[in-house]
Amino acid sequence: MKLAILHELNAERAARRPVILVTDTESGEQRLVKAADFTKDPLRAELDKQLRMGKSGNVEAGGKKLFLNVYAPTAKLVIVGAVHISQALAPLARSLGYDVTVVDPRTAFASPERFPDIPLVAEWPDTALPPLNVDAYTAFVAVTHDPKIDDPALLHAFERNCFYIGALGSRKTHAKRGDRLRAQGARDTDIARIHAPIGLAIGAVSPSEIAVSIMAEITAVLRLPPKEKEEAA
Amino acid sequence: MLDRDEDILKAAEDWQKAGRGVALATVVETWGSAPRPAGSSLVINDEGTFLGSVSGGCVEGAVVTEAMDVIESGKPRMLEFGVADETAWNVGLSCGGTIRVFVEKVG
Repeated sequence: MKLAILHELNAERAARRPVILVTDTESGEQRLVKAADFTKDPLRAELDKQLRMGKSGNVEAGGKKLFLNVYAPTAKLVIVGAVHISQALAPLARSLGYDVTVVDPRTAFASPERFPDIPLVAEWPDTALPPLNVDAYTAFVAVTHDPKIDDPALLHAFERNCFYIGALGSRKTHAKRGDRLRAQGARDTDIARIHAPIGLAIGAVSPSEIAVSIMAEITAVLRLPPKEKEEAA
Repeated sequence: MLDRDEDILKAAEDWQKAGRGVALATVVETWGSAPRPAGSSLVINDEGTFLGSVSGGCVEGAVVTEAMDVIESGKPRMLEFGVADETAWNVGLSCGGTIRVFVEKVG
């Protein structure tokens, strides 16, 4: 691998931007393709598919055997609300490979006793969220049920283009939330991005089951191609 | 988490810049039950220091030896390990899988 390619690869990874390294395994020739350049690439279909699955693999193109090594940023999950559901959600998400952070200004909720080994930020969203570098590889859930906490958090998630945004609450609660967020400048397209009621409809009752339904929904949004995604939602 | 790929690739860059000969070994294909998925990598320098893994310990010794030759010659090579291999009893995968590992020089 040329040092220039390695250097660029490390820079892209540090910036949490996905890239795929294409290696001709016979000649050793390599090129680095940034996700932003996929649409211009002759291998775009293959690149898209491998990146979506987060899996490296081999393809044949133009009589060449190519290895596509996918470097996708580690997915993050930001949970706003150190509630009972979050106690089940945080360890489940971590077992699925997410970097998890829990945010809740209420110190009685955000306590290490309730969340052993999970990074906790006991601050209001305005203070807590900017340093977390929420980005397009972040799933974001707001589950406090308290508009004072959930609303500013959701506005931040819109700005940062999170790949998944979910909020706890019934359809009725969600309709009111939409009105409040619009009053604070959110667009209809932002509101439409919120998965609410949160989670896949699997009849979940207990906090652990709700956690499963949330992670199932996040997984579907992360992995399914756009058309099937619509059908699952 | 220890030995994340970013640390491995960072080490590859740092070692190369420090003037060491460096090789990168990457799992490019797996069959059956292989311990590490395609894309897993191991970085080796000319002192024999290595970081990361391609198999969880089964074949790293052999990969390091081959990597020394690659650093010397500058030519990439493809290695294959598995139970069907003649050397399986020496450096095979105890889990019964097969892996192909691409070894290339850095720089």
